[in-house]
Amino acid sequence: MKKVLMGNFAASHGVRLARAQVISAYPITPQTHVVEELSAMVARGELKAKFIKVESEHSALACCISASVMGARVFTATSSHGLLLMHELLHWAAGGRLPIVMVAVNRAIAPGWNIWNEQTDTLSQRDTGWIQLYCASNQEILDTVIQAFRLAETVKIPVMVIYDAFILSHTYEPVDIPDPDPVDAFLPPLKNPEALQVGKPQAFGSVTSPDFHMEFRIKLHETYGRVPEAFEKIEKDYEALIGRRYGILEPYRCEDADLIMIAAGSLAGPTRMVVDGLRQKGIKAGRIKLKMFRPFPVQLLLEALKPAKKILVLDRNLSPGTGGIFAHEVRAALKGDSRPVWGFVAGLGGRDITPDLIESMFFDALGADAPVLTTIFKGVRL
Amino acid sequence: MIEPTYILEETNEYLYPGHLACQGCGATIAIRYVLKALGKRTVVVIPACCWSIISGLFPSSCLDVPLVHTAFETAAVAATGVRAALDVQGQEDVNVLAWAGDGGTFDIGFQALSGAAERNEDILYCCYDNEAYMNTGIQRSSATPEGAWTTTTPKGGLEDRPKKDIVRIMAAHGIPYAATANVAFPDDLYRKAKKAASIRGMKFIHILSPCPTGWRIPSSESIEVARLATLTHLFPLYEVENGTRITVNDQPSRKVPVARYLEAQGRFRLMSEEKVAEVQRNVDARWKRLLKEAKEK
Repeated sequence: MKKVLMGNFAASHGVRLARAQVISAYPITPQTHVVEELSAMVARGELKAKFIKVESEHSALACCISASVMGARVFTATSSHGLLLMHELLHWAAGGRLPIVMVAVNRAIAPGWNIWNEQTDTLSQRDTGWIQLYCASNQEILDTVIQAFRLAETVKIPVMVIYDAFILSHTYEPVDIPDPDPVDAFLPPLKNPEALQVGKPQAFGSVTSPDFHMEFRIKLHETYGRVPEAFEKIEKDYEALIGRRYGILEPYRCEDADLIMIAAGSLAGPTRMVVDGLRQKGIKAGRIKLKMFRPFPVQLLLEALKPAKKILVLDRNLSPGTGGIFAHEVRAALKGDSRPVWGFVAGLGGRDITPDLIESMFFDALGADAPVLTTIFKGVRL
Repeated sequence: MIEPTYILEETNEYLYPGHLACQGCGATIAIRYVLKALGKRTVVVIPACCWSIISGLFPSSCLDVPLVHTAFETAAVAATGVRAALDVQGQEDVNVLAWAGDGGTFDIGFQALSGAAERNEDILYCCYDNEAYMNTGIQRSSATPEGAWTTTTPKGGLEDRPKKDIVRIMAAHGIPYAATANVAFPDDLYRKAKKAASIRGMKFIHILSPCPTGWRIPSSESIEVARLATLTHLFPLYEVENGTRITVNDQPSRKVPVARYLEAQGRFRLMSEEKVAEVQRNVDARWKRLLKEAKEK
C-alpha cells in the first residue's frame, strides 16, 4: 500500500511490521513522531507491544537492554543529546551482544541549542560497537528498520538506523508499506537461545576478569567483520520478498568517473543530481552513497573507488581538530594510496547544502592536483 | 512486636555458598531472606554495587535464579525492562527483584527509581542500605547518617547532613507498598518480601544492611549493631501502603539511647557529645512523628 509519509512515520511502520514487543522511549525533537505514532499503533491495537514511557533516554536504552536480555524484540528511537545520554548503554548493548534496533535521527549538539541536521551525534558513537546504517529516503527508512531487526538478530549486534533531521524526518514522501505476510516471512519471531530464562540460574554481565574480558571483545570484533556479508544476504532475501534493495554502498556513474564524491544520508539525492549536471558538461563525475558506516565497508569502497583519479568526501559533521569523520575513515581505508582526497565539511547545524555548493566542491577538485588543506569548509559566511 | 513465625519454616535456599561477600555482610543475609520469600520464579536485577561482586565472577553465579547485571543508575528501569519482556512472553507470575545499594538508590539511580515508581511498574525494588559507597571503599552517599566518618567525610569534615528519608520519598509517589526492614529482624523482612510479592505494582523495601568494614565494627557484631538501630528508634520498622497508610511494625517498649548504637561503631567515634545529643533529639522527633502519623492512618 502506498502512502505519503514523513520519514519518522515510515520508521514507525517499519517497527510495526517488525512486530517489536517492547518499546521504550523518551521524546526528543526531531525523533518524537516515531514514538508518538508507535504509541498510537499500540493504543489502536495494531501493534502488540509494551510501550514504556521512561523518564530519560538513558532509561529508554537500559529498559531495552534488560528486555532484550530476557529475549524480547525491542526498539527505541532518539536523536542528538538523547543519543549522547545513552552513550554508556550503547556499549552495554553491543558488549552484551543484544539484537536491539534503534532509530537515531541526526541532529546537531549544543551549545547553542540546535535542532537541525548534523551527523556528529551518531558518528561520535562509532566505537560503541553498534552497526550504523544511514538512509537516504523515507522508503529506505521503512525497509532498513525491518532489515535491521533481521541483521541484529543474525549477528547479535545492535543496529542504529540513521537519517537526517527534517530533511527526512519531517518531509513527506510516497512510501510503499509492505503487507505483513512477506515481512513475517522475512523476519520470523525472535528466538534467542542465549536469552535468560526463568528457572535457569544464569547471569548476564557478571564481573569479567582479565582472563575472559579480552576474548569477549575479540569475538565482537570478529563478528563485526562478517556484518557486510550477512547484510548482503539479508538484502537479497528482502528483495526476493518485498522487491527493494539498497546496498551497503551505492555507486552512481562511477564506472568511468575521474572524480568520485562520497556522501551519506539524504545527501545521496543532491549529489546524484550534481553528478548528472556535471556529466552534461562533459565532466566525468560519480558519487558513492555510503549506507553502512559501522562496520566501515573498506573492501567495497576501495572497489567502487577504483576508477577515480580524485576522491571527494562530503561530511555534514565535524571532529574538531580532525575534520570530517567520513573523510578521516576514507583516508584510513585508502592508506598507501597516492590519490588525493578532498575533505569537505558543510551544512553543520542544519545549514543548507545546495546543489551549487556541491558542484563547487567538484570544481575545487578539478582546479587543483591536490587539496591544500585537509579539511575544507564550504558554504561559510565570513 | 514482631511475631517470629516465618523464616525458620522456609528451607529453600536460593543463595549458594561461595559468594564473595565480606564476613558479616548484611547485604548477603538480606538477599537470602528476600529470595526465600520470592522463590524460584524470580529474576534479579543488580546495578553496580557490592552485589555486582558478591554474586561471583564470570562464569559463576551464587544465585539460583537468573541475574541481570546492569549499569549503576538503571536498576529500577532495567527491572522494568525485564518485567515488560516477561509480560509479553506471558510470564506475569514471575517476580522481578531490583537489588541495589544505597548509592544506586538514593543517588545515581534515583531518577530511574522515581520514574518506575511514578509509572507504578510491577517490580519489587530492594535497597540494601549500608550507608555509604562501600564497594569503592567507604565514600559518603546521601544515605550516610549525620556524624559518620567515611573516606570523603574524614576527621574535621564528618557528615553533617541527615540521611535522605527514602521511604517517605518513595511513599510520596503513591506506590502500593513501601517499607523499612532490617537484617536483624529476619521474620519481618521475610514477611514484607512475601507481602510485596502478593501486590501488583511498585514495591519498595529499604533494608538496613550493616557493613562491618565501613561501619568499623567486628564482623561478629553485625546483627547486634543492626538490631540497636531499630531498638533505639533510629531505624524504625514500618510500612506505608498506597502512600498514606502507615503501620509501625515494631514498637520496643524499652527505650535504648541512640548513643549505644553510635558507640558500638568506629565510624561514629569522632562525633562530639553535642552532636550525639542532637542526633538523639532528631531521632525522638522523627519517632514521635511516625507514631502520630501511624495513628492518623
